[in-house]
Amino acid sequence: MDLNTIWFLLVGVLITGYAILDGFDLGVGSLYLLLGSTEEDKQILLHSIGPFWDGNEVWLLTGAGAIFAAFPLVYASVFSGFYLAMMLVLFALILRAVSVELREQAESLKWRRRLDIMFSLGSFLPALLFGVAMGNIARGIPLDAAHNYTGGFFHLLNPYALLLGLVGLFAFLLQGSSYVLLKTAGQLQNRARSYFTRIWTAFVALYVLATLYTYATVPALFTNYDRYPWLYLVPLLIPAGLVVAPLMVKAARHGWTFVATSAIMAGLIGTLGLGMFPNLVPALEPGLSLTIYNASSSPLTLKTMLIIALIGVPIVLFYTIYVYRVFRGKVDVNTSGY
Amino acid sequence: MDAVFLSRLQFGLTAFFHFIFPPLTIGLATLIAIMEYFFWRRREEIYDKMVRFWFKIFAILFAVGVATGITMEFQFGTNWSEYSKFVGDIFGAPLAAEGVFAFFLESTFVGLLLFGRDKISPNMRFLSSVLVALGSTMSAFWIIVANSWQQTPVAFKIEGGRAILTDFSAAIFNPSTLPRFFHTVDAAYITGAFFVMGISAYYLLKGKNVEIGRKSLKTALIFALLAVLVQFALGHSHSVQVGNTQPAKMAAFEGLWESTAYAPLNIIGFPDTQNEVTHLSIGVPGFLSWMLHGDVNATVPGLKAFAPNERPMIQASFWSYRLMIMAAGWFAFLVAWGTYLLVRGRLYNNRFFLYAAFVSMLMPVLVNELGWMAAEFGRQPWIVYGLLKTNAAASPLPAYQILLTIMLFVLVYSGLLAAVFYLIRREVQRALGERFDKPDNADTFPSHTLGR
Repeated sequence: MDLNTIWFLLVGVLITGYAILDGFDLGVGSLYLLLGSTEEDKQILLHSIGPFWDGNEVWLLTGAGAIFAAFPLVYASVFSGFYLAMMLVLFALILRAVSVELREQAESLKWRRRLDIMFSLGSFLPALLFGVAMGNIARGIPLDAAHNYTGGFFHLLNPYALLLGLVGLFAFLLQGSSYVLLKTAGQLQNRARSYFTRIWTAFVALYVLATLYTYATVPALFTNYDRYPWLYLVPLLIPAGLVVAPLMVKAARHGWTFVATSAIMAGLIGTLGLGMFPNLVPALEPGLSLTIYNASSSPLTLKTMLIIALIGVPIVLFYTIYVYRVFRGKVDVNTSGY
Repeated sequence: MDAVFLSRLQFGLTAFFHFIFPPLTIGLATLIAIMEYFFWRRREEIYDKMVRFWFKIFAILFAVGVATGITMEFQFGTNWSEYSKFVGDIFGAPLAAEGVFAFFLESTFVGLLLFGRDKISPNMRFLSSVLVALGSTMSAFWIIVANSWQQTPVAFKIEGGRAILTDFSAAIFNPSTLPRFFHTVDAAYITGAFFVMGISAYYLLKGKNVEIGRKSLKTALIFALLAVLVQFALGHSHSVQVGNTQPAKMAAFEGLWESTAYAPLNIIGFPDTQNEVTHLSIGVPGFLSWMLHGDVNATVPGLKAFAPNERPMIQASFWSYRLMIMAAGWFAFLVAWGTYLLVRGRLYNNRFFLYAAFVSMLMPVLVNELGWMAAEFGRQPWIVYGLLKTNAAASPLPAYQILLTIMLFVLVYSGLLAAVFYLIRREVQRALGERFDKPDNADTFPSHTLGR
């Protein structure tokens, strides 16, 4: 396996880590208005993600940094090409961060309502737009010879990308609701359970539709699978997770539910990633695609970055797991916060 | 308006806004770790109270720093794609390393301390606060590595229109990294210390929350004294490095037009870019030559040694550098005054000093911005010194889209600033023992259950 392939996998791991971790807090944020009917429920929901959401966003920063370092041409093309969409995600994340903090300080009912809306909108938009971006990239985007994106903003809003946006959104909602099941009890947990079932049903429908749509319109994504059928093990994570998750909900084994929804998330990203390999950004005109070879940094940079990752990531995982263990169990709102 | 100008404006605005926060959080995190140390060793309750109070304020500043920091990292790609293509092989690695080595550490342990301070052992509590301080400092290191490579690029070769890394550690420790890192981190210490001094002075002036006010004022003052003293040496060494590695920038800082031996160190003057002279210039003769080269007779290149289209933004560099140094004089005076009062045992009731400390509270924040502006304006017209010009580095974006996002940034960041001000004021007022505004009783969740 060459360095470029290793970095392709590592970037995939970072994106998956981000989707699993920020996935649950974006999911909780998107469901916040539906689940949080009383002030106490809202406090519990906010406290459930309180210690983690900031750290989870670091996965996004590190992921972007890793793409910049390992595949700078992808970083340059995609970030400038999707300018307005990227900025929309940024503004959403900023509003979300502020509303979480202000929410706990606001004493007037009017301001709490406003901040509640800001918080859930700031969670919902990224949860939807990440999938839309993935959909566009999977389908291929118009690039010129200098690898600059030539479509406009509205070109990004095509039916295929919007469908994948919905798949992504419901994966985030699934992740969010299984996290709420894990961290809460009583009424709130019951409500989360009934939403979980509905989200699960919608996700299954969207997933089947998206798979058929992909087969019909983006057959290129299946070539790797045709060549190496054992790769199907990765997409199989999705149906496996979809079968296991509701069983675990029924058995009230919520830790395993969370593992199952995380597997679905990993399966989604893995499915697209393996389908695209070795392309990173397929162009509509195939010769202009950005691949792990023509878009990458030099071998020296890739090697240096690999050493950094091999030293740094285990340390990060070690203390992240430690901190999650400190907060294991149901949420306790009697701890301090912002 | 052209897209390059708008992208520069947007980057400048968002960087200015973002850079309000990191120095405050680096300085505060370090001071809080010191307070935690005293609590850990001495078990005096006052230190616990101090830590809890300052950490709340730290957390507000930290969250805004994170949110606005994501903007910075995205913008290299969104607005400066040609730059990103050119430098990606070298510039991306420190940004990724910042995430892995610094930012994860800081944010994970901030979350732990914010929500779980009472769930962990005293040893772990102290260790966590040290890790937060360490994370924020290492974060500064990697960001300054990246920016320093733009100032003094080394260890690369140009291949296919891109800068390709040839030696990682030489690129990391390029000639300006360490002088700039130490200078910036020490400035952050001063910033955090002045912030703590200012709020503590406010309590002492009000005669409320006096216990925390006194102890915090004393701790921060001693810390500030050390940081200011060290900064004279660090600032000097950074200037010498600029003079040696970026002579055009140094000439702009000094308003020096002609290349001269026995070059003076400018105190004041008014650069005139039309006539290429600096009016009413008063300086210490020979001092600049001596400072840069250890020899009063050494020749220092002036601005005229550089083609007009390769000169920095002269007025902006000159004035931001000069105002930064003037402010340093005030900081030195203030900490010297405070130290004198402390030794004499009159620190806590000299109202003139307390008032001066209060009004100077955010001055270092502005001075950090001046330092940053001096560094960036002084590097122009280059985005990577001597290699790539700023006007060749922007993304091919339609100008209206950038204009749109600039307006949104102004709007959102104004709201953000108002929110930060409101939140901090609230924390400060709460500790004063007064309610900041009346609670809305209609649907108020009992505040004791939030552990306030």
